[in-house]
Amino acid sequence: MAYLNITDLQKHYDNYHALRGINLAINEGEFIVFVGPSGCGKSTLLRTIAGLESSTGGTIELDGRDITELSSSKRDLAMVFQSYALYPHMTVAENLSFALRLAKEEQSVIDEKVKSVSASLQLDKLLERKPRELSGGQRQRVAIGRAIVRQPKVFLFDEPLSNLDAALRVQMRLELARLHKKLGTTMIYVTHDQVEAMTLADRVVILNAGQIEQVGTPLELYRSPNSRFVAEFIGTPKMNLIELDNVVRENDTLHLQLLNASIDFPVSRTHGPLPDKIIMGIRPEHMHLVETGGDLVGKVELIEHLGSEAYTHIRLSNDQTIIVKAPARTSIKDGEQVHIQVDRNEVILFNDNNRVFSVIAEDASHD
Amino acid sequence: MKRSITRLLMAPSVILLLAWMIVPLSMTIYFSTINYNLLYPGRNNFVGWMNFEFFITDPGFWIAISNTLILLISVLVITVVLGVALSALIDKPFYGRNVVRVLLISPFFIMPTVNALIWKNMMMNPVYGIFAWISQTLGFEPIDWLSDYPLMSVIIMVSWQWLPFAILVFVTALQSQDTEQKEAAQMDGANGWHIFRYLTIPHLARPIAVVVMIETIFLLAVFAEIYVSTGGGPGYDSTNLAYLIYNQALLQYDVGVASAGGLFAVILANIVAFFLIRAVGKNLTV
Ligand SMILES: Nc1ncnc2c1ncn2[C@@H]1O[C@H](COP(=O)(O)OP(=O)(O)O)[C@@H](O)[C@H]1O
Ligand SMILES: [Mg+2]
Repeated sequence: MAYLNITDLQKHYDNYHALRGINLAINEGEFIVFVGPSGCGKSTLLRTIAGLESSTGGTIELDGRDITELSSSKRDLAMVFQSYALYPHMTVAENLSFALRLAKEEQSVIDEKVKSVSASLQLDKLLERKPRELSGGQRQRVAIGRAIVRQPKVFLFDEPLSNLDAALRVQMRLELARLHKKLGTTMIYVTHDQVEAMTLADRVVILNAGQIEQVGTPLELYRSPNSRFVAEFIGTPKMNLIELDNVVRENDTLHLQLLNASIDFPVSRTHGPLPDKIIMGIRPEHMHLVETGGDLVGKVELIEHLGSEAYTHIRLSNDQTIIVKAPARTSIKDGEQVHIQVDRNEVILFNDNNRVFSVIAEDASHD
Repeated sequence: MKRSITRLLMAPSVILLLAWMIVPLSMTIYFSTINYNLLYPGRNNFVGWMNFEFFITDPGFWIAISNTLILLISVLVITVVLGVALSALIDKPFYGRNVVRVLLISPFFIMPTVNALIWKNMMMNPVYGIFAWISQTLGFEPIDWLSDYPLMSVIIMVSWQWLPFAILVFVTALQSQDTEQKEAAQMDGANGWHIFRYLTIPHLARPIAVVVMIETIFLLAVFAEIYVSTGGGPGYDSTNLAYLIYNQALLQYDVGVASAGGLFAVILANIVAFFLIRAVGKNLTV
């Protein structure tokens, strides 16, 4: 039995079905990240867990207790909002101690907790300030501190870093990771930024249009997405999706035919007959530029130099564009003709429903 | 050089504004020091402090001052307290909220004279007023509001007139209150009362200051309601400073004494404003 159990959770707004049957089991101490495109229902799911939205079906259980109908103040959860939602008329110290004061804790206990939390978040010099006298990063820390002080069962974060500038975001991300290590409390974190999801999460939940698309560790999702949506969502630059001309099966081998090339690889398992249309997915780092030979030939349209590596945008002769990762100091120029070698072990195939229909044997070992 | 040009360019408006204020004020001061009764034209000799003495020693003077302050403070308290409560109530969505809002705001659009007439004739009249009918239905003796509780009657009328203004300001302010803050408080274990007490009231501090200041300006000069309903009576029971001045100037045709009274009103307004702005104004500098 998991710590937080969500069963067939539904949420209907007046005329919008925002959550369409969410099933999720979260273990104690896990760092879970909800990620997905804007409007897919991440905040709605988090707010329903928090009790700020009432569900219209399904159950939520926390630590063996059904909390579906409980008011948010009784759920023993703490939330950090995107806008921080600090109480503007209270000082930092009062913000931190608000929940404790409402719970009628002893003053000495309150002081003790506020002191230790503010020290751990470097807020001790700011305790007498009002929120408007703080910088964005400091407000963020107060918001986190306000959640920590209560020692809740689960922390909920709704895009907590999206109002910070890029440098501060990276720093706060590290601090959050450190905080999770130190506290060991279960955390649920919502973001639309897949980098945050990949770097922070123990497990990532990918949401799409009110449904869970896939749940897994960041690496699982990266290496074996089970749908085209996940494959495209995780990883920058995106996975290349190449429409094949034809696929021929010959015993335990598939011949993927594209232009003049035929890429062969063994089949470990297939689900049913071959679909009519097959899309080949391959990440930019799993293709290599070679002097001669290779599988495909194309013309370089653009090179993005990132310093540590370069991404070459290549147009194939059938007008599809693909991205191939190249070494940082590549000598290739725009407009040049290049040969591309495809790493067969990393190819993923999607059927016409955008689902994976075949996984390669050597690569299936990690799941 | 540059500064003198700036000053030159600003001069017309400054001079106009100054004249706008200075001329009536100095004329009032001048009238207050001469003998100026419309019944005895031509005898406009200088009398020094006599007009002031006359106004202060008028039997109604101290009553008028205290009535003015009682009226001011009562109406402020009623409109602010009821205004905050009602606007907090209609802040939550419910069926027919828009209609309720319009109804709550509408008394503000009724002229003070009409307001007083409505209350005098339809509500408080001891024979056919609604209050009298209610008392009789419940088996009580009807109250003659205007003669038995004249000042209270005026307070009720003026409060009814100004409550919508307070509600209007507070409702607008409540709409700008951050919902995430309320949700954060909810998660921190706050119930509705806690949120109202620790988030809504502090959030309303500034609007309350604005309402108090603006209402004060108008409440010091309440006149039409008194004129139409009680006529300042019985005796001086519902006479405020504005009505006393009117009494002097137009019922006794004594412009000199009325001017002296006007200067008292200016002083009173300044004293009130001084304390008020000190007490309330610090909320405005956020
Ligand atoms: N109060 C509401 N009433 C109606 N629809 C809503 C409401 N809140 C959110 N939605 C809809 O639900 C969907 C999911 O919203 P949300 O969970 O906020 O998305 P996100 O994943 O960007 O956080 C959106 O399409 C949004 O329009
Ligand atoms: Mg959101």
